[in-house]
Amino acid sequence: MIVTEDNILAEAERWAREGRKVAIATVVETWGSAPRPVGSHLVIDGEGNFLGSVSGGCVEGAVVTEALDVIAAGAPKMLEFGVADETAWRAGLSCGGRIRVYVEKVD
Amino acid sequence: MKLSLLNALNDERAARRAAIIITDVATGAQRFLREQELVQEPWASDPLSQALADAFRTGKSGMAETPAGQWFLTVSAPPVRMIVTGAVHISQALAPMAAIAGFDVTIIDPRTAFASPERFPDVDLRPEWPDAVIPSLGLDRYSAFVALTHDPKIDDVALDLALKSDAFYIGALGSRKTHARRVERLRAAGFDDAAIARIRAPIGLNIGAVSPAEIAVSILAEAVSALRAERMAQRAAKAA
Repeated sequence: MIVTEDNILAEAERWAREGRKVAIATVVETWGSAPRPVGSHLVIDGEGNFLGSVSGGCVEGAVVTEALDVIAAGAPKMLEFGVADETAWRAGLSCGGRIRVYVEKVD
Repeated sequence: MKLSLLNALNDERAARRAAIIITDVATGAQRFLREQELVQEPWASDPLSQALADAFRTGKSGMAETPAGQWFLTVSAPPVRMIVTGAVHISQALAPMAAIAGFDVTIIDPRTAFASPERFPDVDLRPEWPDAVIPSLGLDRYSAFVALTHDPKIDDVALDLALKSDAFYIGALGSRKTHARRVERLRAAGFDDAAIARIRAPIGLNIGAVSPAEIAVSILAEAVSALRAERMAQRAAKAA
């Protein structure tokens, strides 16, 4: 199933109403060439299932891990990804851009 | 994000109305704004009111700053829609392609031999006259209209409604000759040149399309370029 931005937040609500713990990650800023525009969402549940995309695949794994922390702790987090740091081998954007991602829990 | 806020956002979306979530980046506190509330207080005199108006106009999410701090505006625009007259060969290709591209597709054709569920599985298909369907759907500024029947009796009825609407894209199939005759009919019906110029004809980007599926690609690409015109213009202005 292709999930467009149009229904991804509807899915987030559906998950939350099913009693699943849910976090929403949103691209809030981009610099240079970034694969997904500002406003793109990734929705994550407490089991690590996710829908949507914030980077076309490059850093989704890292965002999911952080989202599980946010679900556990409750407080939102601002994440930043780019190729300019030494962790780029682990979670970086191969296109050379930088993105900031806001992760918050649905409660 | 509060579940009640997420619910309010999704309700606005389902009702085809735009809304914005305003997140205070420093604290995570959130406010919710429906588009029709922007002209009312307290929003009209909010320090962010201009940024909020811009966000509604462009449909673009983004950061906004005031002396009081930094906010992220998550813009929720209604799903884009494509309303097509003509359950024809091109429509059979266009409907699934447009759906993948994120459009909610409706196909209207009073000729029931064309508008059959066997030819259009999984499509919102209306075997009725356009003026019986379009007013209830409502062509808003998140809607594209595509006329494909080749039959003026059907297409003209729909074009009349489309030209009086806020649809962001209006395209009509037909050769230059066919379109010239269409223009004469629309003029006789009282439309001025500016209104008629909204119609993209010959329809579709010029990619040398030959088959019905290729023509569908060119129409979909043209509709997307109309949808993203403002974004492209902003980018061009930035580069200049």
